[in-house]
Amino acid sequence: MNTVFGINGPVVKVRDTKSFSMMEMVYVGKKRLIGEIIGINSDETTIQVYESTTGLMPGEPVVGSGAPMSATLGPGILANIFDGIERPLKSLEAVTGAFIAEGAAVTTLDEDKKWEVTVLCKTGDVLTGGQIFATCPETPVIMHKCLVPPDISGKVTWTAPDGEYNITEKIAVVKSADGTEHELKLAQKWPIKIPRPIAKRVAVSKPLITGQRIIDTIIPISKGGTAAIPGGFGTGKTMTQHQLAKWCDADIIVYIGCGERGNEMTQVLEEFTGLVDPKTGNALTDRTVLIANTSNMPVAAREASIYTGITLAEYYRDMGYHIAIMADSTSRWAEALREISGRLEEMPAEEGFPAYLPSRLSEFYERAGYVETLSDSEGSVTIIGAVSPQGADFSEPVTQNTKRFVRCFWALDKNLAYARHYPAINWNDSYSEYADELAEYYHDNVDINFMNYRQQIANILHEESKLMEIVKLIGSDVLPEDQKLVIEIAAVVRIGFLQQNAYHKDDTYVPLDKQFKMMNSILHLYEKCKAAVAGGIPVSEITKSGVFEKVTKMKYDIPNDKPQLFNVLDTEVEETLKNIKKE
Amino acid sequence: MALQYVGLKEINGPLIVLDNVTNAFYDEMVEIKLENGTNRMGRVVEIQGRRVVLQVFEGTKGLSLENTRTRFIGKPMEMPLSTDLLGRVFSGAGRPIDGLGDIFAESSADVNGKPLNPVSREYPRNYIRTGISAIDALMTLIRGQKLPIFSGSGLSHNKLAVQIVRQAQITDDSGVTSDDFAIVFAAMGVKNDVAEYFRKSFEETGVLSRVVMFLNLSNDPIIERILTPRCALAVAEYLAFEKDMHILVILTDMTSYAEAVREFSSSKGEIPGRKGFPGYLYSDLASIYERAGIINTAKGSVTQIPILTMPNDDITHPVPDLTGYITEGQIVLDRTLDQTGVYPSISVLPSLSRLMKDGIGEGFTRDDHADVSNQLFAAYAKVQDARALAQVIGEDELSDTDKAYMNFGKLFEKYFVAQRPDENRTIEETLDLGWALLSTMPRSLLDRVSEDMLNKHYDPEKAENYKI
Repeated sequence: MNTVFGINGPVVKVRDTKSFSMMEMVYVGKKRLIGEIIGINSDETTIQVYESTTGLMPGEPVVGSGAPMSATLGPGILANIFDGIERPLKSLEAVTGAFIAEGAAVTTLDEDKKWEVTVLCKTGDVLTGGQIFATCPETPVIMHKCLVPPDISGKVTWTAPDGEYNITEKIAVVKSADGTEHELKLAQKWPIKIPRPIAKRVAVSKPLITGQRIIDTIIPISKGGTAAIPGGFGTGKTMTQHQLAKWCDADIIVYIGCGERGNEMTQVLEEFTGLVDPKTGNALTDRTVLIANTSNMPVAAREASIYTGITLAEYYRDMGYHIAIMADSTSRWAEALREISGRLEEMPAEEGFPAYLPSRLSEFYERAGYVETLSDSEGSVTIIGAVSPQGADFSEPVTQNTKRFVRCFWALDKNLAYARHYPAINWNDSYSEYADELAEYYHDNVDINFMNYRQQIANILHEESKLMEIVKLIGSDVLPEDQKLVIEIAAVVRIGFLQQNAYHKDDTYVPLDKQFKMMNSILHLYEKCKAAVAGGIPVSEITKSGVFEKVTKMKYDIPNDKPQLFNVLDTEVEETLKNIKKE
Repeated sequence: MALQYVGLKEINGPLIVLDNVTNAFYDEMVEIKLENGTNRMGRVVEIQGRRVVLQVFEGTKGLSLENTRTRFIGKPMEMPLSTDLLGRVFSGAGRPIDGLGDIFAESSADVNGKPLNPVSREYPRNYIRTGISAIDALMTLIRGQKLPIFSGSGLSHNKLAVQIVRQAQITDDSGVTSDDFAIVFAAMGVKNDVAEYFRKSFEETGVLSRVVMFLNLSNDPIIERILTPRCALAVAEYLAFEKDMHILVILTDMTSYAEAVREFSSSKGEIPGRKGFPGYLYSDLASIYERAGIINTAKGSVTQIPILTMPNDDITHPVPDLTGYITEGQIVLDRTLDQTGVYPSISVLPSLSRLMKDGIGEGFTRDDHADVSNQLFAAYAKVQDARALAQVIGEDELSDTDKAYMNFGKLFEKYFVAQRPDENRTIEETLDLGWALLSTMPRSLLDRVSEDMLNKHYDPEKAENYKI
């Protein structure tokens, strides 16, 4: 029997054994703590343990499971909340109480619950890996499509009739070419560190619509894309993630709380349960799965939580759904890598992070994508990762390496957050490489002028940032009138358009159509004011007339379902400007 | 296990190494007997087969390779618990030092605690009125929150903490009385004078009998310092979650704590991260801060106010930086304000309370609270821009708008932020004051507030009362 030799925090060593394989899941000690093999050499095998090792003694048994760390995939995942190694926290609470104890044996998915299964295959059918053999409604909004495990294919020799089954009962039997029989059940396992196979990747072409103006209009992300949200503490990373999780048009949200605050997870739980999904009219939790590994939970499980999350997402993608992953925060994951690397006494690279940090980050972000699945449908996984740079310094290794592997960068700005300008995404530092690929979608589905207007808005902001350099030195009074106007209009763009109030019933989610109309009204205002200024009216007079405020407040004054009011606003603006002329 | 090990193999800083040990477990406590009859406590931090590394809480001064006998106790580090702890004073390692004898324990708990299951947490919602305008209006403290004070050497953080303790009103409609309220105070590496200042203030306030004090002064051993907040929080959790009390935990000074962790880490020969702090400092601090909260099976709560001094007033230093990532906001003190005689010298813009949004407004404070605080923040941010500009071009050259902001900035600091150390303002007073100060500016500058709110509260007449 293999026994524990050395213990140093979450790292446990076993001597003189050849019976384990890399990445194998093992049970450590009498309490059967869950661990994973992370290093093997001829004298020593290294295990990282996903639970606290307090009380562990040399000589206690280490038992291999024969399989790599795997996620259990099947109905019952949605509306659930798991820890980093996919143990349901509600079941843990039932076993160990409010505080999590070690070695609690709980099953991942409810094995007693019966699902209303419709069997889609019949005897004689040929099934290949990834095809759908049965369906069952998992929540009121999501139909769970049971997939043949990717490594199984063959002829169906037996099927169960439609009816109620739990996840351990067999639904069909498949005989593969070499004659072995495989039982198909509602649930299957998949190793978390290996991407699930797909038919092929497809180029991205559809935006992930979030209802947040600065994102949808200025810095858009596509379905199947990757984005990073870096920002110092208090700049609103978590708040932005919450807004995206609530409002983006993905079918399913996987929210990974990786090394973050416990109260925040509780808040997500409460808020999502109470919130009604605008698209389906059901609770938001029906299409959400939460993975919570808070900062005080064991560090090794924090590393696993990211992989668990993306594996769950890939599973639903394979059913033909669009998934958005919120990972808050990938820096904590990188720190978990660093901590374990330090315990293994590996040679550190930048700031103590291991040299394999960039390759781990890229492996993770590359699991996003828009794909054609093995069951011939389309699905996507979009990754939105928060980054918490030390000292809000974007030159640190995690931010820099992340930047290389994502195509959308939403930089949060401390000064905007201090002024309570939310979302505090800095429009000058942020970028999206998806804008060109999505132009066609906006062109066809919103308005042919969308991209043109977007550019004009961006130009105003750019112009303003140049002028502000001068204003900072000599004040705004000395600027010529047309430049003063740019500053006023840019203020309207910043406060009236970019800034968005998450607590306002209309402003928290704004449809693309209204976003376009708002841009239109701002540019209309700019046009008319330019003409007025050219006609000799000073900007200070226009300011006094209140038109700027009027347009700034359109986000509150015009409800989402009354777009016709924009025409009224535009006419009002024209009238007001004309009246100044008369005076 | 009565087996004793004679002598040591190695001594290195606070660490000692024993060889040929059997049956020791990770995190086990040990008792080390010296030849002169004194006892020290230690803990297992690493095991390699029969070689065991121990940390000695009281330090290794006076230890030799031969003059010790080590006994393994068979338990992890535990804190004896009882309601009799109230009013008592302990060392950093949880031993009574007030000369009143040992604790008769009802139960005991591992000082490291266990991670709280997120589904067992109750989201904190009830606000604590501190009577300090800047905090109540702009960074409201919520019961069950962890809200640190980021300060610097020589600033008035201690005075502020004492004022919060004295004024923190936790009586509310739900029938909570002052009997259900207690303070756990943990001093880590602070000067004797500071500890004494707190003790005296508690005495004057009349809460001393409801305080549990843990003192690890700046000349006490650093290993004890690492245990101090853990002992304190074990007591806090016991009182809150088993005795249904509302506990305010004051931890000072977290910077000294983190430096102790660094010293210990380097003596273990670990790979350092930023500024020499170990890579696990985030997890380590989180294991302390995350012990604040409310659980759904008990009525009590643990609210934390950690105090830390930012070395060189640098908010990007690893300790304040990592703290800010874990805690639910921060109260930042500012040296310039302090120098101009403003007490409390709270720097409003970088300060924040993350839990505030759900604990204010109708039913909690007043319906206009969110609006007034947003507008004050936004306006005060503009004040900074105007000041920067005034430094370059002179105040006289500013536009009328910027002049209005400059004026507002001065009034805001003088009347809103500043208050006497014994001044206890109600939430109504605070919010009305906010509106009055906002009313010194032209109405068109108040762009964060709806028309309805302005109609109700914008009143330039009231603003007349406030002059520079």
